Amino acid sequence: MSLDQKELDEFRAEVRAWFEENKPADPGFLLPQSFMEVGSDEQFTFLRDWQRKVYEAGYLGLAWPREYGGGGKPQILQDIATREMVRQKVPFLTNTIGLNWAGPLILHMGTEEQKKAYIPGILNADDIWCQGFSEPDHGSDLGNAQLKAERDGNEFVLNGSKIWTSLGKHAKYMILLARSNPSANSKYEGLSFFLVPMKIPGVEVVPIRKLTGEYGFNQTFFTDARVPESCLMGRENGGWQVAMATLAFERGAVGGQAGGHAMMSKDVSQVLALARAAQRNGRPAIEDPLVRDRLVQFIMEEKSFALNSARANIKPLVVEWPGSIAMSGKLAATEYQRRLNQFALSLQGANAAYYVGDPNAYERGQWQRSYFNSFSGTIGGGTSEIQHNIIGERVLGLPKG
Amino acid sequence: MANDKRPTIHFSDEQAQLLEVATSFAQDKFPLNKARARVAAKEDFDAAVWKEMASLGWLGVAIPEEFGGSGLSLAEVVTIVEPLGRALAGTPLVSTTLVAQALLKAGTRAQQAEWLPKICEGAVGALALIEPHGDWNLGHLTAKAERPGDLLVLSGTKTFVTDAASADLAIVSVAMDGAPALVLLDRQLLGAAKVEREIVIDETRRSYRVNLDGVTVPSDNLLDPSRTPDTLKNLDEAACLLLAAEMCGGASGVLVTIVEYLKTRKQFDRLIGSYQALKHPTVDALMAIDGARSHLYYAAGIFGDAVENEIAVRMAKALACDALAFASDRAIQFHGGFGFTYDCDAQLFRRRGIWCEAQHGDAAWQRKRLASLIL
Repeated sequence: MSLDQKELDEFRAEVRAWFEENKPADPGFLLPQSFMEVGSDEQFTFLRDWQRKVYEAGYLGLAWPREYGGGGKPQILQDIATREMVRQKVPFLTNTIGLNWAGPLILHMGTEEQKKAYIPGILNADDIWCQGFSEPDHGSDLGNAQLKAERDGNEFVLNGSKIWTSLGKHAKYMILLARSNPSANSKYEGLSFFLVPMKIPGVEVVPIRKLTGEYGFNQTFFTDARVPESCLMGRENGGWQVAMATLAFERGAVGGQAGGHAMMSKDVSQVLALARAAQRNGRPAIEDPLVRDRLVQFIMEEKSFALNSARANIKPLVVEWPGSIAMSGKLAATEYQRRLNQFALSLQGANAAYYVGDPNAYERGQWQRSYFNSFSGTIGGGTSEIQHNIIGERVLGLPKG
Repeated sequence: MANDKRPTIHFSDEQAQLLEVATSFAQDKFPLNKARARVAAKEDFDAAVWKEMASLGWLGVAIPEEFGGSGLSLAEVVTIVEPLGRALAGTPLVSTTLVAQALLKAGTRAQQAEWLPKICEGAVGALALIEPHGDWNLGHLTAKAERPGDLLVLSGTKTFVTDAASADLAIVSVAMDGAPALVLLDRQLLGAAKVEREIVIDETRRSYRVNLDGVTVPSDNLLDPSRTPDTLKNLDEAACLLLAAEMCGGASGVLVTIVEYLKTRKQFDRLIGSYQALKHPTVDALMAIDGARSHLYYAAGIFGDAVENEIAVRMAKALACDALAFASDRAIQFHGGFGFTYDCDAQLFRRRGIWCEAQHGDAAWQRKRLASLIL
């Protein structure tokens, strides 16, 4: 089915009107900015209901197959709906791991039974998913996962722990990478990938309190937790390939996600609004020459991201350091977020010292919280320091330390 | 900010071809030891190489075909200037291109018909826009033209006029009847001015102070006064674009110098590039160059667009200034004791960077202008 421009425009208008009409009112408490920050039951319930509403309106999973609850329509319609969600800054869709990683993975390589069992619940937010990749002692070294999965007849017995489990408390399922053969030839050949139910004996989710004072991440302990072999995704000891396929969905390198946005990062337009509202010497802060200079720097830097992506597609302009733009994107964007949030605090003058919970905190203290949470970007997924090493070694060819 | 509008970079086939040709030309004609020879040379520039550049058609890239040029735009000139900047080439390409642009914007038909074909063939152009007060505001003019009858009598001093001793023509800005005016001086009229060599930080350049007192010029040499204010603005923006290209090239060149040294120099039995204290800032330099180059080619691609033009070129120049300043400053430091010597190439790049920052405004100046344009 191909759509002409008129049909696309009509659909965009319809979506735009629906979100304008149905965009939730201020809930009266501060919402998280991503699925990694869902720290209270009231936040979770609000976000789950919102996802369900978007799904029921037909703007989520539009391109997923009808037989599993999807819309069976062309991807471009979902892209239009997703862009509109970002544009209107509506709350993100909270079942992020299900919608963007686990769901596409199951559709890509799951059995018919798995698709039927899992996909509808991912879309309507009945079944929340979490991820069990990182372990306490192996930050970014995924291939070194040590959580044990020992075969016992047609079951596996799980022992060990996973860390940074977002939504762990609310999740019904986890995608889990575990060591099923400790004596394999290489560490990568001894891993298996499971779809594990969370509400079974031997699985305990312990919240981790973040630097913000809030919750959102957990450590998940497995003590003789037994799962049937039907929970295997892919073949036994073939888990590394499945994990790599999952990461390709996670990084957006491969399409097939259900749609919707997963994160509400800050941009300079929000800081401009803050600079107009904040005061310096009885005048709007945006009139202060030093503030203006910083704002211009942020505007140029933010524009660099889009222009770098544009240039990366022009071959003659990336001859010398190929891969440089792609490999530095995470470092550039996360450090930018951290500095932008930090600047937003300084704009607030004395009020920068308020924190979430005080009635006088600017925008409920979201900038203070957002500044602290920005470290999840500069630390998670390989710290900025590791990113510098990787770029220095792989792009510039500098010697390893 | 319009987040749903993704900017695109317009990059033509001509740009791609010129970039490739100019890159190998620069490698061939301007190895870094050439920059050293340039420093020591007496002449304003290497006339033989300049002749080759003319025969490649590079001086007429942005000049219409009716005047002997290729009829392309400054976007194509950028792809020549960038690789030349990388090699620290000292040529009159930027100033000559800007002189041609001034004639295209505000020259009379007669001036265009006389000079544009000559420029395409290799005539050297000099720009005399700066004054001893050093103000980057090109409208701040103390040099004057007075008009008793049919002649213009000039007075005042212009500074940083590159290649003035050998230029075939110069475009000079002066105040006349309370407004800015542009005057064309040919070789002979330039000879009537007092031209003194300046000692400047970028030793690959030959720069002159030009005292205009008593120089008398036919009024035919006046560029169209009604178009002068727009032309000065356009010259400032075109200069920012070409200087940004020169600096992006220089920054890439000095980054290579750093990387080579970090991969070969050992201290405490280790290659110094393995130390994170050196590796990480080198990556920061790479990322600064990436951002500056993306802005540069965006600005090049839209040059001439009425609304975005000034914003784009000033952003490109601001970021290119910072990228070259950071990379060349770190290059000196990372070379250790050798970096402190005249023999180390790092200082050549640092000097080039300071020169280019001083031309048409440094990063902070550009940002101040940008603030009034976008906030």
